[in-house]
Amino acid sequence: MKGPNIVVCVKQVPDSAQIRVHPVTGTIMRQGVPAVLNPYDLFALEEALQVKDRLGGRIVALCMGPPQAEAVLRKALSLGADEAVLVSDRAFAGSDTLATSFALASAIGRLSQERAVDLVFTGKQTIDGDTGQVGPGVAKRLGMQLLSYVCRIPVLDMNSGRIVVHRWTEKGVQVLSSRLPCLITVLEGRNEGRFASLPEMIRAARQPIRVWDRKAAGIEDVSKIGLKGSPTVVGKVFAPSRRSERAECIEWDLEEPEKAATALWEKVLSRQPELAANSSGGGSERKGEEGDSE
Amino acid sequence: MKERFDAIVVGAGPAGTAAALTLARGGWKVLQIERGEYPGSKNVQGAILYADSLQKLIPTFREEAPLERHLVEQRLWILDDRSYLGSTFRSPDSKDGQPDRYTILRAQFDKWFAKKAQEEGVLLLCETTVLDLLREGRRVVGVRTDREDGDVYADVVILADGVNSLLARKAGIRPELGAGEVALGVKEVLFYPQDTLEERFGIQGDEGVAIEMVGKITRGMVGTAFLYTNKESLAVGIGCLLSDFRREKIPPYVLLEHLKEHPALRALLRDGEMKEYTAHLIPEGGYKAIPKLAGDGWLIVGDAGMFVNSVHREGSNLAMETGRVAAETVIELRQAREPLTERNLRRYRQRLESSFVMKDLRKYQHVHEVLDQNRHFLTTYPELVNRAAETLLRVDGVDKRSKQKEVTQSFRKHRSYGGLVSDAVKLWRAFR
Repeated sequence: MKGPNIVVCVKQVPDSAQIRVHPVTGTIMRQGVPAVLNPYDLFALEEALQVKDRLGGRIVALCMGPPQAEAVLRKALSLGADEAVLVSDRAFAGSDTLATSFALASAIGRLSQERAVDLVFTGKQTIDGDTGQVGPGVAKRLGMQLLSYVCRIPVLDMNSGRIVVHRWTEKGVQVLSSRLPCLITVLEGRNEGRFASLPEMIRAARQPIRVWDRKAAGIEDVSKIGLKGSPTVVGKVFAPSRRSERAECIEWDLEEPEKAATALWEKVLSRQPELAANSSGGGSERKGEEGDSE
Repeated sequence: MKERFDAIVVGAGPAGTAAALTLARGGWKVLQIERGEYPGSKNVQGAILYADSLQKLIPTFREEAPLERHLVEQRLWILDDRSYLGSTFRSPDSKDGQPDRYTILRAQFDKWFAKKAQEEGVLLLCETTVLDLLREGRRVVGVRTDREDGDVYADVVILADGVNSLLARKAGIRPELGAGEVALGVKEVLFYPQDTLEERFGIQGDEGVAIEMVGKITRGMVGTAFLYTNKESLAVGIGCLLSDFRREKIPPYVLLEHLKEHPALRALLRDGEMKEYTAHLIPEGGYKAIPKLAGDGWLIVGDAGMFVNSVHREGSNLAMETGRVAAETVIELRQAREPLTERNLRRYRQRLESSFVMKDLRKYQHVHEVLDQNRHFLTTYPELVNRAAETLLRVDGVDKRSKQKEVTQSFRKHRSYGGLVSDAVKLWRAFR
């Protein structure tokens, strides 16, 4: 049995903890803000690494971005990716999620020519765009099964090509069975990232990274990438106005939770007097509900 | 099989990178280890960059380094609670048309500088902490990192891990820092549209202004404050001896807020958007605090070696200088086929002693002592000179001779003739 050939898509994003918004234009000021590997992609990479730990195979980290995005690929290499490809070309500038998914799908297509890709992993979204569209877009273009918001992969059988994943939804966990090849977008917080060893760090710092321009990534049609290939128009960007409400602390004694609840309720009533009119009726109604559920 | 390097440099600040770059150019196989996420992520400075030491390493840095503004104007202010008396030096001319003082943002600058070293072949690992030195007998033969399988070996280890240098302390190379040997500096970076800054400071293009401040703003503590113009931001900060903060029980941020509210600064700082608040220790011990600088298989450079000239606010240039000189020393020794022993590495200190680095540090070695023992320099005199200026400038029907007399009397009320003379002598001796 051969281990899976895995591609993990990673993106370099500005560290959102240190981001600045231009006071006049409302746009994100990327200059001077440190860039990091999109945190959601780290969960995707870790999930891929766990698959490799179990079944072997190889992992290619794939990134589209400017030359300095090399840094996130080095990080992926140090954590255990076997190879790294940076798709970088000025022609990609201004790409929206549609154009980006086209470019990434083309690059994965090129990688498939070297060896068929069984699995593609992405984070559930990036922290700069927050759209969650690129992963599904890539799956669609490659004709792969899309398994989004995955929190576990209990079954992956390379002989039969069968995969079972747990997909997190608002209503509960769906257990989905599918066939390879497929693209998985990974939910955050379901695995714990690893810490590279020193020899792995040294290996990653030395390893050459393949840099592909548009043509090397197999893209002939420039109307599908960059600004031309991006139908999305950002109409307006604005910073949300500050909320006028103020948080207030209510002190309470651990020994007397009922007193605290009363104090809280009185505070709510003092702020929302219209609730006071219904408060007695509301109270009895709640009791009734409790009785029903018992 | 354990991999060996020719040299391991601990830290990717200006000192470590200058050393790594120089070694790599000399054909050495260098591993540089940085505990921060990227070079500069942990570093804090005002920050003013002096060209000289960097120029020796990268002559074309002006075209490629991320520089903010070059200084055309330097002000020195002596403040009391509401006024200041100051001096200004402004000159658009610089030696050979090349500016020699720039403001920088360290997070960007250090990253660029480290990149230059990587281009020379230095292998840089970030997010990796060196926990201890590895020894064979007395000789340092490598380092232990916090990563799995984390021992790595080299012929020489250069410690450039900054003012705290936990490594030097742990290895017994340097004693625990005394609270009187370091200042605690706090700094804010406030953002403004570029044209606002240019109008407010009377500058254009890449021109910049630096304001250094002393006086009552430090509330009698030994320290200084600063305000520097960056391209789109102002760096404002204040630093005082850690021992003074402890004694006075004033939280550093309170001091900084107080400074920002001073009438002289309030107008310059208004409407800024605060985007960064940082604090860092600054070596202030001067010449006397400089530890043993080298031993069998190791050398210490930059802040880790306490190389800061606190009078002239020079630090990152001394870091680069010591880093380069340390690297040159070991390169020369190897070329001469001499071992990197404590005895041979003494040449590092000898070279520094004959350079501006140690000469300057020796020159000012008593300044802190004098200020420490004569707190009135920091409180009484700023008040007196400001009141004197006010008295002399006010036109109120009092004749000038009487005004002069009033000023003289105000000085004498606070300090006797003997006191005034001895203060003058003390200051002259400290700074001569």
